[in-house]
Amino acid sequence: MKAVRFPLPAGRLLRFAGAHAVLLVGAAFMLLPFLWMLLTAIRAPDEILTGGLNPIPRSFHAVENFSAAMQQAPLLRFMVNGVIICSGILIIQLLVAIPAAYALAKLRFPGRGLLFAAVIGGLCIPIQVPALPIYLALAEFGLLDSYFAMMVPFFLSVFAIFLFRQTFRGFPDEILQAARVDGLGEFEILWRIVVPSALPAIAAFSIFSIVAHWNDLYWPMIVIQRMDYAPPPLGMLFFANSETGASYGVLMAGATIITAPLVIVFLLARRRFVQGITMTGIK
Amino acid sequence: MADIAIRNVEKSYGKTAVLHGINLEIADGEFLVILGPSGCGKSTLLRMIAGLEGITRGEIAIAGRVVNTLEPRERGCAMVFQNYALYPHMTVAENIGYALKVAGLPKAERERRVAEIARIVGLEAFLARRPSELSGGQRQRVAMGRAMIREPKVFLFDEPLSNLDAKLRVQMRLEIRRLHQRLQATSVFVTHDQIEAMSLADRIVVMNQGRIEQAGPPRLLYAEPATRFVASFLGAPAMNLLPATIVAKDRARMADGTEIALDPGRFVVEIGQAVEIGIRPEDVMIVWPGSEGAHALEVEFTEDMGSSRLIHTRLGGMEFTVLQPAAQIEAEGHLPITIPEDAIHLFDRHSGKRLERHIPVIGTAASAAA
Ligand SMILES: Nc1ncnc2c1ncn2[C@@H]1O[C@H](COP(=O)(O)OP(=O)(O)OP(=O)(O)O)[C@@H](O)[C@H]1O
Ligand SMILES: [Mg+2]
Repeated sequence: MKAVRFPLPAGRLLRFAGAHAVLLVGAAFMLLPFLWMLLTAIRAPDEILTGGLNPIPRSFHAVENFSAAMQQAPLLRFMVNGVIICSGILIIQLLVAIPAAYALAKLRFPGRGLLFAAVIGGLCIPIQVPALPIYLALAEFGLLDSYFAMMVPFFLSVFAIFLFRQTFRGFPDEILQAARVDGLGEFEILWRIVVPSALPAIAAFSIFSIVAHWNDLYWPMIVIQRMDYAPPPLGMLFFANSETGASYGVLMAGATIITAPLVIVFLLARRRFVQGITMTGIK
Repeated sequence: MADIAIRNVEKSYGKTAVLHGINLEIADGEFLVILGPSGCGKSTLLRMIAGLEGITRGEIAIAGRVVNTLEPRERGCAMVFQNYALYPHMTVAENIGYALKVAGLPKAERERRVAEIARIVGLEAFLARRPSELSGGQRQRVAMGRAMIREPKVFLFDEPLSNLDAKLRVQMRLEIRRLHQRLQATSVFVTHDQIEAMSLADRIVVMNQGRIEQAGPPRLLYAEPATRFVASFLGAPAMNLLPATIVAKDRARMADGTEIALDPGRFVVEIGQAVEIGIRPEDVMIVWPGSEGAHALEVEFTEDMGSSRLIHTRLGGMEFTVLQPAAQIEAEGHLPITIPEDAIHLFDRHSGKRLERHIPVIGTAASAAA
């Protein structure tokens, strides 16, 4: 931020400092577990439980912990699984939600209001509610223990439909009409004209989606028994139970490795992400 | 070759009727302006021609072919919108050429045509820019270029100039007129600006509340407005309208007793009929004090408009404006005037219809006869 700063009057200064103090405490609270994860990952095993709250490790054990994590657990396998699941879910979510949202935002057809009400209603239903029927259906078709089983409940994202519908609504009707007069079909209008203007919102949703499914433990735990399909969190769980025992340093090194891609993705897309949730539509 | 026929067209949104039985024939190559106040349904009518709105009842034919059920792209119309409606993430060149790309023209051909159109609308230097990097006038040119490149049979304009500043508007008006002379495509131009309408149109259609009030050449509408509404809508400054009652074949009396002389041969009136007398501000004659039949007007204030002067006065208690060449008179206190009898327009106060013996051309009567 490049802003001209003027000296603040005492009252304003105090309020400014107060607000930032609150924010800092909040941020510290959020970051502390991650920091501890990092610190634990570089400590020697004997220091982890005895070292108390001293943040600075007495001896650095990072190389040993990380290489142990890489050797003992198939971390790469978990992460590849995570990538397959997240990208599969995201692609289908976008392919389904974008046309649905466009229809709800811009096309006139009977029952539109009802369908949109259903979308809003769908926002209120957590995954735990349809979990059992979906599980039974997957079991019936012998589809448990597969990538498909992990992805299928999330293909239809009502949140995405809702978010994109709000974004598309702000898109000027005149441009759509100009495109229709120009000879474009509705799908062309959607993918060539509307979607390019909605990229910030799509990026924001993508991050939400990737983070949620990369970190999801609940659903994979229900449908996955075999380690080779496990996404990162479930993989860590297997790993924690089987190999490492109480070796927290190695465990935390593993956790650090599987969290890193998310942090990197977020940092890369940060600007788009903030744009996408603070702004809808174009002028 | 594309004439447009609009027959008994109606439009309703649910229960709200917006257009009530529109009949209009637009000749091939004609420049028709649809003029009317906000909300009268002019955009709706235009969009029905383009195919962007369904037709509730009646039919629209372009070049003799009924287009009611055709998609916009099948109608061969191009449209220019008020807010330009450019594709925001495409460059000027892509905006102009996109319709050709959709139509599947080879790239070389496309580029040649885009360059040609860009030259005509004066945008050669801006082809690589995005719409957000252009001024309002430049955006409007892109919109025109995009419409032109398809070589449409019919051009539709929906208030394309209303977002431009006054000077640019005059300039673009000339360019549109020039373009029409060159392309000779049937054009329908919607506006609520009567000066724009007068200066562009071969023929003006005045609409009010979903109905056609009058259609005809600008000169005719100005000289013989068929209704009170047309009279008050066309002309700036607006026509003076004085409510009065017919007291004799050659006289009408206003509420305060002021009498205005009428030509007894011109109008079909009955004694006691409630009328409105219309006089254009420029038709009022200033005379010497004490002249026969003169009204002495109370001057309220004067607006100097450079070449002319608009004098705001009262006649019979009603607001009354007089337009005179600036050099002619310095008005203060009382202004003696007469109203030439042949300058008077007379309207029935209830129906709003013109009360002249010779029936003026109303609505589509002209085109039906043609
Ligand atoms: N989708 C709609 N649903 C209901 N009523 C509508 C709809 N679109 C337009 N109308 C109504 O139809 C009437 C005519 O609208 P239209 O846009 O044709 O007016 P207009 O003459 O172009 O006015 P303006 O000069 O303000 O653009 C208006 O009274 C408007 O409220
Ligand atoms: Mg309009």
